[in-house]
Amino acid sequence: MMEFLTQVRWSPYAVGVGIGILSWFTFLISKRPIACSTTFARLSGMIEMLFRGDKVERKPYYQKFKLIVDWQMMLVLGVVIGSLLSALLSGDFRWQWVPSTWESAFGASPLLRAVIALLGGVIIGFGARWAGGCTSGHGISGTLQLAVSSWISAVCFFIGGILTAHLIFRLIG
Amino acid sequence: MQTKNLETKRSGDRSTLLWGLAFGILFGFLLQKGGATKYDVIIGQLLLTDFTILKLMLSAVLTGMIGIYAMKSLGWVQLNPKSGSAGMNIIGGLIFGVGFAVLGYCPGTIAGAIGNGYLDATVGGLAGILIGAGLFAALYPRLSQGILKKGDFGDLTLPQLFKIKEWLVVVPVAVLIFLLLYWLEQAGL
Repeated sequence: MMEFLTQVRWSPYAVGVGIGILSWFTFLISKRPIACSTTFARLSGMIEMLFRGDKVERKPYYQKFKLIVDWQMMLVLGVVIGSLLSALLSGDFRWQWVPSTWESAFGASPLLRAVIALLGGVIIGFGARWAGGCTSGHGISGTLQLAVSSWISAVCFFIGGILTAHLIFRLIG
Repeated sequence: MQTKNLETKRSGDRSTLLWGLAFGILFGFLLQKGGATKYDVIIGQLLLTDFTILKLMLSAVLTGMIGIYAMKSLGWVQLNPKSGSAGMNIIGGLIFGVGFAVLGYCPGTIAGAIGNGYLDATVGGLAGILIGAGLFAALYPRLSQGILKKGDFGDLTLPQLFKIKEWLVVVPVAVLIFLLLYWLEQAGL
């Protein structure tokens, strides 16, 4: 009866409908949309505080987004745990440095992949804060509320992403 | 503004934090089952060879939208749309897109990728996102009065933009999403 929990993959439609229903409950119970990227700004400020002290908290950006553990930070922590649980239940968990699509184009070097991932991380972290949200906050939660800011952002995420991916894999790779 | 105050007040509330954790566990579980924690699936979407991510997102938007607007009509929930501007959402969105393709994860799915054991996400990507977000925080005072204000439209929604009743937008958007998904399946994508 619980076999579906040990399946490696579910239909994307089942997963999408599940996330949609989950969003009903986050609005109803927590009065918040599912979103992730603000947490990385808060974490970044908290880590900076370890090195540079309390003056970090006075930065205008961290006045706007206070350096506290909030609902969304717990949500992001939960995503790590939920994904781990799902992967362990289905036997899909594994330590992996280099994804296969990357390996077939650029080889199996963990260092190269990690450096490019770091660079990509810097760009997406910067862009997410610039746009005021990410694939979950704008791409799912914002578009489902029919927010103009989110529809523009989501379309631009994919325009930038599709062009860049083609550049990386069709021209360089 | 009001939501900001609420957030500050609620931030220390244990039950709020626990709900966040519980919702996150379910969200992460679903993302992993959908394959969205995987670089290959995300890059496949951006290379237009694997439409899993689009199918997942559009069915989430379709389901979420109908439910949220129904509950709003009943007075059960309030919307919480993000404010925006052309300078924020177009430029920020395009920068995000470039990073999306270079990293192959996004801020939500990277948390799932970490849980899945993917070390390029844990060691490279996570550190990068933290640095990128910190860089933005450092530049924010200069950006906030300039480019981020260009073409400001506030927390506008599509029904407000078109000045029509909400369901006159919800129903056509739902139909369009449904037709797009149907077409993707018919095309064998």
